[in-house]
Amino acid sequence: MTEIRYLRAINMALADAMAEDDTVVVFGEDVSEAGGSFGASRGLRDRFGPDRIFDTPISEAAIAGAAVGVAMSGLRPVIEIMFMDFITLTMDALVNQAAKARFMFGGQGSVPMVLRTPHGAGLGAGPQHSQCLEAWLAHVPGLKVVCPSDPASAYGLLRAAIRDPDPVIMVENKALYGMKAEVADELPVLPIGKAAILRRGKEVTLVSYGASVHICSAAAAQLEADGISAEVIDLRSLQPWDEATVLESLSSTHRLVVVHEAVEAFGPGAEIAARMADVGFDELDGPIVRVGAPFMPVPFSKALEGRYLPDAAKVVAAVRRTLA
Amino acid sequence: MSAKPMNTSRRAQAGKAVDLPALYKSMLLIRRTEERLATLFADGEVPGFIHLSIGQEAVSAGVMSNLTKADTIASTHRGHGHALAKGLSLEGFFSELLARREGLCQGRGGSMHVADMSVGMLGANGIVGAGLSIALGSALAHKRLRPGTIAVAFFGDGALAEGLLHETLNMAALWKLPLLFVCENNGWSEFLPSEKQIAFTLERLSAAYAIPYERVDGNDAEAVALRSREIIEAVRRSGPAVLECATVRVRGHFEGDAQKYRDRADLEDVAKVDPIMRCEAVLKKTRMSDEALQALDADVRSAIENAISVARAGQDPDFERAREDVYTPQGFASP
Ligand SMILES: Cc1ncc(C[n+]2csc(CCOP(=O)(O)OP(=O)(O)O)c2C)c(N)n1
Ligand SMILES: [Mg+2]
Repeated sequence: MTEIRYLRAINMALADAMAEDDTVVVFGEDVSEAGGSFGASRGLRDRFGPDRIFDTPISEAAIAGAAVGVAMSGLRPVIEIMFMDFITLTMDALVNQAAKARFMFGGQGSVPMVLRTPHGAGLGAGPQHSQCLEAWLAHVPGLKVVCPSDPASAYGLLRAAIRDPDPVIMVENKALYGMKAEVADELPVLPIGKAAILRRGKEVTLVSYGASVHICSAAAAQLEADGISAEVIDLRSLQPWDEATVLESLSSTHRLVVVHEAVEAFGPGAEIAARMADVGFDELDGPIVRVGAPFMPVPFSKALEGRYLPDAAKVVAAVRRTLA
Repeated sequence: MSAKPMNTSRRAQAGKAVDLPALYKSMLLIRRTEERLATLFADGEVPGFIHLSIGQEAVSAGVMSNLTKADTIASTHRGHGHALAKGLSLEGFFSELLARREGLCQGRGGSMHVADMSVGMLGANGIVGAGLSIALGSALAHKRLRPGTIAVAFFGDGALAEGLLHETLNMAALWKLPLLFVCENNGWSEFLPSEKQIAFTLERLSAAYAIPYERVDGNDAEAVALRSREIIEAVRRSGPAVLECATVRVRGHFEGDAQKYRDRADLEDVAKVDPIMRCEAVLKKTRMSDEALQALDADVRSAIENAISVARAGQDPDFERAREDVYTPQGFASP
């Protein structure tokens, strides 16, 4: 076992993927000489050279569009979009080109590209550098979306994303970049679409992904102190998401709370809740409750941001509502 | 730095002559195909929208005469000419436009998304300007994997107004990518003439990026072939170039467009510069007999009728099969 940071896990995944497959290329704004705005690609230029990892101008639409063409022509691009808020500028390439190519060209080929991007509030980055927009992407047939919660899953999912034949968006909560955890010496590649059960429990299932997983774990610890046993599921992937694991858990706990940092209204939790209300209807002993951000842009002031973000207290309150 | 005009015509003409009969045949295939598409569309056999490139065939035939199969192209909503000149199977093409399972895209793409990766045709595109950055990426991959191979981005004058053009020109110049920009300037985008939409010229825009620029009569197949030949050789060796082809849109923006916004006189002038008639006149004077020309036309027509019969005999696509092609199943990448 060794202890590594989340950001380091991403760096290792990029390095291992580039070493394994010399068709893997990395590009984006400040990824090469500077090693990434957050440092995710530090050292890769020295090791793999500027043909494998290179800086681009501030041209998000063309970066993403080029990734589609690169992927159609024999390389496996990994691009970085500095903040998830900036994917607005990449949307045509993602939604109309990358996502649809496999389907609309009759399965002639696929677009093996990866787009990494950080989301999330908590750092005072304000409305245009914090938003969680993963629901947009998970809504688009043809895109895969993963959102790791810790160093091991960041490594394993990024490796899987790079090997995957289809376009994969890896969303990284930037508040997790500094997070440290013990990991195995040999980190496994993790399958896209498979959830992990982090904690077993009997009375309620807490489902989340990314940074919110830690809020759920904290809430589960608090609930345990009050004699309530909560199961915690880390979805890891949003598209496809592991419906079977959630349903199985619901079938034993009979109560469900879905937690994410994205705005609650029309967020990923709406899909999870709706599916479970349908296929899990007979299992439910209480309302499915969602915990997400309120319907407002991410505020700047700590005083506002603190209230904006989901936390363990909100999750505990949600659990009490469904148990009531 | 300013853009150096390539002035290729003299030297190119000194080189190998253009295969005019082949260009003529390539144009004729596009023309006859689209004429049949027009009638099939009117009869309700072709669903959706179709945008015909009648009158613009010389651009496709001329540029593609200098490309290899490995070279890639990104096309537009008006992409039948690009597709056929790049060598798509006629049966696969018609089957696709008639929405058949046997189509190149299994009936899921249609006219605006027809593609054939096996001949380097990266797709028609329903999004104006989107092919630009796809071609940029393809050129980038060529440079790394297949030096000497190029990508071509076809776009209309309407795409000049898209911001993506700037991003793509800049990156292509910055990285000296083997990317040829081919603007088919037919003077119209949808129902508005380009002079009401575009405040600059592509020549001056190219100069801003120090990308070599050439303008050619896009209704003269021989000129397009000759000029693009040397430009393409330069792109293979040293980086991007822009070729603007002045051409005309004979039909409406889409089939069924009555073109009420367009001058009658404009449409009459258009017939005078028809690229196929012009090519035919040269061929008649120099090389080919009337009989040979008629035989060629008969060949092209019969290939098309055959492809239409094949397409008509095809089947509807299978829904479950389509659902499977959204992405690979979950867990694919597990070790
Ligand atoms: C991004 C986008 N905006 C608008 C349209 C609608 N549209 C389709 S073709 C077209 C005109 C394009 O003109 P041009 O590029 O000159 O090509 P032409 O039709 O003349 O071949 C427009 C506006 C579109 N398909 N995509
Ligand atoms: Mg036009």
